[in-house]
Amino acid sequence: MTSPHPPLLSPGYKSTVLRAPQQAPILLPGSLGELTGPVLGEGPVASGDADLTLDGKGGEAQGQRIIVHGVVSDAAGRPVRDQLVEVWQANAAGRYLHKWDRHDAPLDPHFTGVGRALTDDEGRYRFVTVKPGAYPWGNHPNAWRPAHIHFSLFGRAFTQRLVTQMYFPDDPLFAFDPIYHSVPEFARDRLVAGFDLGATVDSWALGFRFDIVLSGDSATPWETK
Amino acid sequence: MTTPSQTVGPYLSIGLSWDEGPFVVPADAPGAVWLRGEIRDGNGDLVPDALVETWQADPDGRFHTPGFRGFGRCGTDDEGKWAIRTRKPGPVDGQAPHIAVSVFARGLLDRVITRVYFADEAPANAADTVLESVPEARRHTLLAAPDGDGYRFDIRLQGDDETVFFTF
Ligand SMILES: [Fe+2]
Repeated sequence: MTSPHPPLLSPGYKSTVLRAPQQAPILLPGSLGELTGPVLGEGPVASGDADLTLDGKGGEAQGQRIIVHGVVSDAAGRPVRDQLVEVWQANAAGRYLHKWDRHDAPLDPHFTGVGRALTDDEGRYRFVTVKPGAYPWGNHPNAWRPAHIHFSLFGRAFTQRLVTQMYFPDDPLFAFDPIYHSVPEFARDRLVAGFDLGATVDSWALGFRFDIVLSGDSATPWETK
Repeated sequence: MTTPSQTVGPYLSIGLSWDEGPFVVPADAPGAVWLRGEIRDGNGDLVPDALVETWQADPDGRFHTPGFRGFGRCGTDDEGKWAIRTRKPGPVDGQAPHIAVSVFARGLLDRVITRVYFADEAPANAADTVLESVPEARRHTLLAAPDGDGYRFDIRLQGDDETVFFTF
């Protein structure tokens, strides 16, 4: 089966040119070291971490309020329960709260852009946030990233670890984005959330659905030797 | 229908840095050691926007031991350096002691995966089938050398002495 993952060397995305390894990777046999993985549980998640719009001090982020939800499952379609989901994103103006972000757009004093949640028994997660703005980057002249939210997932095994980006439907910037285009064409739409009227809350927030499927095998603790 | 990977981008520290991330064990844990290194690109330049994650067995070679998280995470600093405080793992499944490592960075569209072995475990390393599968001239890139209060493991993403990376 063809891999849905982008090749590490994707020269349209210039930073890959000096960072992609040149040697072919060596096949690792299945081993407990990689077929197990951290069980992080609630430790890293504090109350309120799934709502990025509230700063916990009475302030509220600017922008279009949205709900982003979905199901995390494994390659066999089984829900991945009690798993940490980490997200980070630019604010509504397309600016990150980061010392290296020099985009001439306002910071939002009430928005850090970081969220954490645990999946429930059905593998579901749900964040409340604001729609991130597109932002410029230095890859090529007039380069803009399509609006996106960064996602990080662990799964049940080291082999399943995934960091990706969720995009929004019908973004006109897709056509010009080498990071989106690094993904083989057949798999690109898996990174695009669907507008979800059912998750939309009347007079309050638009809903989007982004389901995530992790690859790889895992040895659940009771299967280990 | 696996979801494709994408780069962590340059602002990964917003979402992926934890205060406790580098501390797999407390400072006063018996046998606590620092695993430190730097990351360089194909030009030999330091990579200040990367993240290293580690996953390992406890000193008895067991996973998921109560009280031992086994997982470490540290972003590189402005000098491309990272450090994780942990305990040396025991042998697992007849393999030499090792730590599984993921490296994420701006410019890496997917993580790269490697293993830390320990240079002071020569007899166990000599019998390790994974090390044996690596061309001899490249094996040294997987060996952490004893250094001060722990071990040193530098990562070279590309070029001369490129670190050995694995796939599943
Ligand atoms: Fe981004």
